[in-house]
Amino acid sequence: MSATSTTSGAPVLELRDIVKEYEGNRVLKGVSLSVKGGEIHALVGENGAGKSTLMNILFGMPVIQDTGGYGGDVLLGGAPVRFTNPAQAMEAGLGMVHQEFMLLPGFRVAENIKLNREPSKPNPLSRLLGRGLERVDVATMRRDARRALDRVGLDIDEWLPVAGLPVGHMQFIEIAREVDKERLRLIIFDEPTAVLAESEAERLLESMRAFAASGVAVLFITHRLDEVKAIADSMTILRDGEVAGRPDPKATSVVRVAELMVGRPAGAAMGRRGAELGSEPALSIERLNVRMPGEPVQDVSLTVRRGEILGIGGLAGHGKLGIANGIMGLFPATGAVSLFGEAFPLNDAREALTRGLAFVSEDRRGVGLLGEESIELNIALSALEAHGRFLHPFPIPAFRTLDAKGMRAHAREMIERLDIRTTGPVQQVRRLSGGNQQKVCLARAMALRPRILFVNEPTRGIDIGAKERVLEILVKLNREDGVTLIVTSSELAELRSLCDRILLVYRGRVAAVLPPDAPDAAFGLAMAGEEVAAAAAAGPGSSA
Amino acid sequence: MIARVRSIAREAGIPRLLIAAFVVVLFSVAAATHMNLGSLITDSIVRVARNGVLVLALLPAIQGGLGLNFGLPIGIICGLIGCVFSLNANVGGVSGVLLASAIGTGLAVPAGIAYGWLLNRTRGQEMMVGTYLGFAIVSGMSIFWLLAPFTNPTLVWAIGGKGLRTTLSLGGIYDKVLDRWLSFTVAGVTVPTGALLAFFAICFLVWWFFRTRMGISIAAARGNSRFARAAGISDERTRIQASVLTTVLAAIGIVIYSQSYGFVQLYTAPLLMAFPAIACILIGGATVTRATITNVLVGTFLFQAILTVALPVTSQVIEGDISETARLIIQNGMILYALTRTGGRRG
Amino acid sequence: MKHLSRHAVPILFAALCLFGIIAAKITPAFLLSEMLVRVGRNSVLVLSLLIPILAGLGLNFGIVIGAMAGQVAAILIVHWGGHGILGFAEAWLIATPVAIVFGLATGWLFNRAKGREMVTGLIAGFFANGAYQLVFLFAIGSIIPFHNPGMVLPQGYGLRNTVDLTTIQYAVDDLIPAHIRMEGSELRVPIASFVVVVIFCLATLAFFRTRLGQQLRAMGQDPHVAAIAGIPVERNRVIATVLSTVLAAWGQLLFLQNIGTLNTYNSHEQVGMFAIAALLVSGATVSKATVGQAILGTVLFHTLFVVSPLAGKALAGDAQIGEFFRVFVAYAVITVALVLHAWQAARVEREAAKL
Repeated sequence: MSATSTTSGAPVLELRDIVKEYEGNRVLKGVSLSVKGGEIHALVGENGAGKSTLMNILFGMPVIQDTGGYGGDVLLGGAPVRFTNPAQAMEAGLGMVHQEFMLLPGFRVAENIKLNREPSKPNPLSRLLGRGLERVDVATMRRDARRALDRVGLDIDEWLPVAGLPVGHMQFIEIAREVDKERLRLIIFDEPTAVLAESEAERLLESMRAFAASGVAVLFITHRLDEVKAIADSMTILRDGEVAGRPDPKATSVVRVAELMVGRPAGAAMGRRGAELGSEPALSIERLNVRMPGEPVQDVSLTVRRGEILGIGGLAGHGKLGIANGIMGLFPATGAVSLFGEAFPLNDAREALTRGLAFVSEDRRGVGLLGEESIELNIALSALEAHGRFLHPFPIPAFRTLDAKGMRAHAREMIERLDIRTTGPVQQVRRLSGGNQQKVCLARAMALRPRILFVNEPTRGIDIGAKERVLEILVKLNREDGVTLIVTSSELAELRSLCDRILLVYRGRVAAVLPPDAPDAAFGLAMAGEEVAAAAAAGPGSSA
Repeated sequence: MIARVRSIAREAGIPRLLIAAFVVVLFSVAAATHMNLGSLITDSIVRVARNGVLVLALLPAIQGGLGLNFGLPIGIICGLIGCVFSLNANVGGVSGVLLASAIGTGLAVPAGIAYGWLLNRTRGQEMMVGTYLGFAIVSGMSIFWLLAPFTNPTLVWAIGGKGLRTTLSLGGIYDKVLDRWLSFTVAGVTVPTGALLAFFAICFLVWWFFRTRMGISIAAARGNSRFARAAGISDERTRIQASVLTTVLAAIGIVIYSQSYGFVQLYTAPLLMAFPAIACILIGGATVTRATITNVLVGTFLFQAILTVALPVTSQVIEGDISETARLIIQNGMILYALTRTGGRRG
Repeated sequence: MKHLSRHAVPILFAALCLFGIIAAKITPAFLLSEMLVRVGRNSVLVLSLLIPILAGLGLNFGIVIGAMAGQVAAILIVHWGGHGILGFAEAWLIATPVAIVFGLATGWLFNRAKGREMVTGLIAGFFANGAYQLVFLFAIGSIIPFHNPGMVLPQGYGLRNTVDLTTIQYAVDDLIPAHIRMEGSELRVPIASFVVVVIFCLATLAFFRTRLGQQLRAMGQDPHVAAIAGIPVERNRVIATVLSTVLAAWGQLLFLQNIGTLNTYNSHEQVGMFAIAALLVSGATVSKATVGQAILGTVLFHTLFVVSPLAGKALAGDAQIGEFFRVFVAYAVITVALVLHAWQAARVEREAAKL
């Protein structure tokens, strides 16, 4: 195996206190890690933990420069570097196997492997006007490609066009491309096995071992804790832009790792109210399947009781966000749903709104708000569309005009009630801070006077003070107005302090339903897909 | 104070400031060289009333998320067919204008629906598709005008007796019928009251429309397909509604234009009519994704004032029609400026 | 059957031409004489469209700006008394740097209007036309000293509507003089022009096989993947535009030396539209076009161009209909190509969102 005996000398890659801010939001708060040559180092963390940003910084992606650069140091082989474009990073010996394949379907396999590094022959024109006019040496290109393909064990014709090849092959063509790079010092694998079948995943891990054996440093980004255990020499856990731990993969349990990824509960739980809640089902969901890119739901069945606060948790990409999106008609869904006993049609966003459902999306900027418009309009829009609120009466519904005064009065009321920091109801929403934008989204949902409210990632990207406020508003909605809440969040602590029950998903299916005070181990296991023993789920008192 | 002026200047953008300055310079020179300011102002106002509705037609398209409607000629052709029919039937006066508008609108609604459907399938390239669809339809119609079975002798070629003439005179039928209605003169300026009132009335209707439920939905859906869907709005439907509106307004706009100009221009005249209108609304402050009535009013006035005044003023010194060259530069320069502002994938 | 559907457009077009030829009773001699001339003088303009298509910039409606560079050079050469092939070479030497500058400006515009390159090119062409008019209708002779009573309007400034190019006419065409007799008339065969066209075809093919060509092809497929691979996408877009503009300038010069007169204000206006329509008629699309299609399209389009008015006269008694028809066909072909391209792209995006 890639034992520590093959690693030696200064680390190939060292990150020191990397800091990155996007528009006032600190996405990376001082991350450090190091990888030696021949070492396989796993980088584990939720979506939003900062992994992609870290990779963008490493690779010199323009998006980093365009948003103010980064703080801290990147050292390659002991020497500080600062890349401003991917070409530089690659020159210095960095390679990456991407999560979304970076292949050109119209090019042949060999052309993809050699993209922008084609072997070429000079000619008089090229000597005059630059290397760009050198003729591509197809024979050598095919030979090199053949060699790289053989090294990764992919037995296909290197002159085939990439379009139409199975997904597994494409992944290995990506790897072949990196294998072909002679001066490779560090290779990053970004969620490589996400789309592979069992046997292909195994072959991929083999290729990782091969890289390490040849002295290349390997950085392996993944969710799959079982793979981390199988192959990594060392690991770093990233949480909320900070390093949450560097346990030894060989010696640490999956549960412990899962715990570190999601954080420890903080603050008093708002309490379980089993007895107080009615048993009447508000929402009954059977065999829900949602085709949401990145958060697919395979088969989820659950019952939401009237008046409860139900939490939905799980690792990123396992489908928790897809449940609300599917019910609210934003992504194609199948299954059987009934609302307060009556059948409820899926794939109809309008119907969801008119039947008393509301949704605060995780995608604040994309789906939640019209940035260029005023606060008052944003708040009023859904209610205007679905229930005809804020309109003057008129025989023809389509031509009822806006009740501007009513809309403004309502906005003022909401601004006060939710403590939205703004210069006034007409201010453009995009000028507000993240926390205040979220309050506007909440106000919009509240204007619908819903019976059931779905909230995805209620406090993502918001500062501490506003976080508290948002959660208070939600609790008040539930306790005082009787709104049934379904809160989906990556922050387990938040769910445990807020909810009456917590549903955990793994790979698009329900893994467990736990009370908020169930032991940490139970949560960790459920999110990692392990069986949660009945005893562990029992109640307070049993610890991990 | 300085900071405020500077921020207004930055928002307005260099091209608009230059154009506004140019207008001021032209009028100043006209005054200084003792030209008949009254007639210059009259002509400017007449041209605003003449072109106004065509510029206004662009607003629903921009607010509906369709970008700059280079396919304006589609609606214009509908209006021209209306004019031809009303002339062929010898209906004059305001009734003639109304008849032409009615026929034009009747054709523009299905045309707008079809156009909107096509734009829905070609998202991201609406402007290009609209441009060439408009060109193709105008040149296809040219063949139709040539073969049209109209019989009214004032409309068809004297020799051969078949096929419509290139320009049809409205003299004695409804030439300037709106312009002259309630027209009055003050301080040397003759105001084309009827046409102005018609323009303002239609502006008001559009303003009112975008405060109705349907209008609000159209505008809300424009930027963001997923946002619209989440709010229960079908942006496929609102885009078609916007397309119908813009096409109908274009049809009405060309009827008003023709009565003011005194001629109905067929064949290749409508080919390039979208471009000056687009320049007008952009000069008034609109962008590819946002437009207001104020943009329409201000922009139409500024651009038409330049076109009206430039020739008489410069012809005192320069031989040749520099106003046409100036128009090409200002008009297309403005559109180019708007296209190269960052943001958006609308093509 | 699959072959048939892929080549539907050129086949349809060929059928249309054939129908027109029969209807107008056009003689082979006439057709050949027209084609010899038209293919020779128009092909390079059509070829200039290929590189931007490859690089993902779509149809370069801005080639009219390159054509203007060519015209400027022609005007200057005639003014300075250039003759024959030497004069033509001088024009070529002047046109090239001018076209490079124009191409750089256009490329810069394209980079500022990503996703809207085609409209931007179209409008930029109109704008450049305005600037061109400003220079040649007003500035020449007044602000720019230009003493040439034969070329300048009587008022002392502004170029006349037509500039006589007989001094350099057929400079390239007749470099290798050749004639063939057919049905009683003597047809000029511009061998040298054809050689030039062939050279440019081969040069384009060779260019596609260079590293730069490979980079452009990558960009045309997926600019994001290309950028990740370290390809300087923005810089290459400008290079592609410059190459296209320069080729257009050379193409326009080749065109002018055959026509023999320069319509100062109109020659270049329809250049973009006709060249693009010609390319698309061969079955090329907004995202894919080959050298073979460029030549085939030129032949087909210009055949229709010649045949249409004659067919109109024969069928409907009015040549005008034929003229309208050929313009309509050009616009329609471009519209269909744009719609197909946008339809495909929108569909791909919708699929990607659903996954």
